[in-house]
Amino acid sequence: MVPIELVLFAFLIATAAIIAMVRDLLSAAMLFGIFSLLSAGMMLLMDAVDVSFTEAAVGAGISTVLILGALSLTDYAEKRSTQHRISGKLVVLATGGLLIYGTLDMPTYGDPAAPIHNHVAPEFVAGSRNKLEIPNIVTSVLASYRSFDTFGETTVVFTAALGAMLLLGGGLPRRAQSGTPDDAPDERGES
Amino acid sequence: MIYGAATAAILVTMLLALVRAYRGPTVFDRVQAVNMMGTKTVLLIAVWDFLSGRPEWLDVAILYALMNFIGMIALLRFSRFGDLSGDTEVLVTDSGRDAGDGAKDTGGQS
Repeated sequence: MVPIELVLFAFLIATAAIIAMVRDLLSAAMLFGIFSLLSAGMMLLMDAVDVSFTEAAVGAGISTVLILGALSLTDYAEKRSTQHRISGKLVVLATGGLLIYGTLDMPTYGDPAAPIHNHVAPEFVAGSRNKLEIPNIVTSVLASYRSFDTFGETTVVFTAALGAMLLLGGGLPRRAQSGTPDDAPDERGES
Repeated sequence: MIYGAATAAILVTMLLALVRAYRGPTVFDRVQAVNMMGTKTVLLIAVWDFLSGRPEWLDVAILYALMNFIGMIALLRFSRFGDLSGDTEVLVTDSGRDAGDGAKDTGGQS
């Protein structure tokens, strides 16, 4: 019986290879969505529900929309370049090799004797039930043990959203413009 | 047992969808493949929850369905209008050319 994570890993690698091979950028954008969904599902199978949530929301949802929005401003086909292909591949291979070399030191997946399970995690697990009486451990860590961290993150996200809305003028009623309404659609995409 | 068989079947379907996303001659084959991939991910999570005895993760599967829907609407809107906010109909084909050039030119004046 092959572990399901291995199959999903194989799918991920296949998707990445296809993304690298495809020259059509619209297809690449769609394949990015597939990649995000696959990795989110894999993180879920590894019991990392919060990371998987973030990956699904940011990767599969918002990133696809953002890439498509960028595509509407540019061309649909990737330019074929023959320069620096060898050096680029070398850099990618060297970086990947270094990353794999870095994982050799890590404890095996699911090892109960790993340092991360023995440092403060037992206290969180016990305290979440006995001290804080919150049944969900992730919630108790996010909202109580790391509440200042979460508060800072929320402030940052709120400030960023506020700044973007102020810059773009979204949501506010605009004054009626006296220009011709045909100007805006003609300016885009004419290449 | 039945959950294991369902998981295997879903994985095979995901592989087929991946092949379709790679080969698909038109953009709509790929849209179909992406949509199918999202559905299969949701199904995989649901089946896996029951397989591992934690059916409370079905909520996560529902959220994934929602996310897949947002991406799909953006994709279809883009392939129909060539833009995410415009209302001029342009059919984006796979080779990047606009199939409806005439509609693009006259659409803004109607």
